[in-house]
Amino acid sequence: MQPYSYKITLIVFFLLFMATLCVTPMIGSTRINLMNALSGGVHANNNLDANILFQVRLPRILLGALAGAALSVAGAIFQALLRNDLAAPFTLGVSSGAALGAVIAIVFNLNMIILGFPMVALFSFLGALGAVFLVFSLVRTRHGEFPTGILLLAGVTANFFFAAMVMFLHYISDFSQSFRILRWLMGGLDITDYQTVFSIAPMVFLGIGLLGYVSRDLNLISTGIHSATSRGVNVPRIQKIGFITASLITGTVVSITGPIGFVGLIVPHTVRLIVGSDLRILIPASMLFGASFLIVCDTVARTLIAPTEIPVGIITAMLGGPFFVWLLKRKRQI
Amino acid sequence: MNPLLQVEKLDFTYDSEPVLKNVGFSVNKMEFIGLIGPNGSGKSTLLKLMGGVLSCDQGEIFYNNRPTKSINKKELARSITWIPQEHPMVFPFTIQEIVLMGRHPYLSPLSFEGEEDYRISRHAMETTQTLQFAERYFNEISGGEKQRVMLASAIAQEPEVMLLDEPTSALDLKYQVQILNILKRLNEEKNITVIMAMHDLNLASRYCQRLILLQDGAIVQDGTPEEVLQKEIIENVYGVEVNLHTLDGGILVHPVINNQ
Repeated sequence: MQPYSYKITLIVFFLLFMATLCVTPMIGSTRINLMNALSGGVHANNNLDANILFQVRLPRILLGALAGAALSVAGAIFQALLRNDLAAPFTLGVSSGAALGAVIAIVFNLNMIILGFPMVALFSFLGALGAVFLVFSLVRTRHGEFPTGILLLAGVTANFFFAAMVMFLHYISDFSQSFRILRWLMGGLDITDYQTVFSIAPMVFLGIGLLGYVSRDLNLISTGIHSATSRGVNVPRIQKIGFITASLITGTVVSITGPIGFVGLIVPHTVRLIVGSDLRILIPASMLFGASFLIVCDTVARTLIAPTEIPVGIITAMLGGPFFVWLLKRKRQI
Repeated sequence: MNPLLQVEKLDFTYDSEPVLKNVGFSVNKMEFIGLIGPNGSGKSTLLKLMGGVLSCDQGEIFYNNRPTKSINKKELARSITWIPQEHPMVFPFTIQEIVLMGRHPYLSPLSFEGEEDYRISRHAMETTQTLQFAERYFNEISGGEKQRVMLASAIAQEPEVMLLDEPTSALDLKYQVQILNILKRLNEEKNITVIMAMHDLNLASRYCQRLILLQDGAIVQDGTPEEVLQKEIIENVYGVEVNLHTLDGGILVHPVINNQ
């Protein structure tokens, strides 16, 4: 893709994202008056409209944007690195490792808050890191490259193992813990402060930036590791950067939101159909489209059976299942 | 004259199975070499090692007297390219995108291909007669066309040495000759050194000035087609009884079939 059409494409995706960001805060179980909300300033305590808009909806929408962006970019990266278009950010066990961490914190009643993060989030981040470390330490080869077939198997195995541990802990937990576990595993964006958003944003942006920086190398790896080497790509180094960075941004997001499935599968695929396979454009476009997509899904989750809010992970999974089937059928036709 | 490439005492072991044993030879600029030998004789591995795709256990490969291990990957890619036998492609890239990927070693991170890169890629597609489907997707074209596209991508890389792993073995006669003619032209007009693994001994003898015969990871014979394609040598290495004929300046290796 040439630089000029590159810019146009990105502007279109950016406008879509801005439109989502402007429209969705207006939608919800309570109707708000925009003029009223804006006139009172951000911290007017007696202004109900402003409160709903700025304290309830906006943090949640921003978290949705970050999570959608991170998961979609990570999905695009995992698909390219594993040369498998059915791969997703959770394929290698990141989310189930995170789940195990979170469930441990819940079952052992670790309710302290450290550095502004609840223990559940910290433990799930550590769980995600542990899973990544475990999977990659299993599959090293002597040339430092990651054989993708073994990596996939190791990831699937890790997923099953962590899921079994989660089930065990779930089984021995009491009723209230059980509810919290189940709720965490469904994945959701229900936060009510900006601090969480601001504390994970740098990690997500740095990660996406780094992945963008090596995107042309990743393009070549997605066509085959040996031919990438013969085109001058330092394959072991780029694989390491790609896998670790994509896992880190996934783990960061999942530690706050829980596993929100299928976003990392659906978004890169849809965007690839529009902009092609070149990661130099696929990464920024997936970031913007993923952010918009998750915000919209969460808006549906907030309003579908209002005033009850559904965890957004349920909505994405309900969309993701049929999408996956469509994808498989389409693949078989080719 | 110093050799362009020098392979010295190369050993390579795969899963504790020795694939190459003490392989050594040197290549001069502009040579057109065919690597021949039975399946599993180590041709593909040798090409991968020479292209820096694999690294060897023992021994050394020198390019212009420098060990290839010590050369930066991008720098090496501007001089040596390796083209695999098959090109499985998961994601829909267009032909043009694939060919432009050959420009990777000349670009800095974050940059896009410029006018010059497009011009070089277009020229490479003209050379391989693939320009007419530049906008089509790689997975939609035939095997022979794919091989030509990968060749175009390698030409866009502007290398001094091309290493090809059985570039013709999956193609019909027309495409085989087409690919080999392109390689011959690159060799004669662009002074590109060509080293390719081949199974078809007849075509190898027609196109290559020099053949290197491998058996069980070791070089059995190295020389002109006349020197290498001898009745006893072929029968010994391949375990098949053959008759040799000469036709149009090429050697015809004709297996004897006796199952009466």
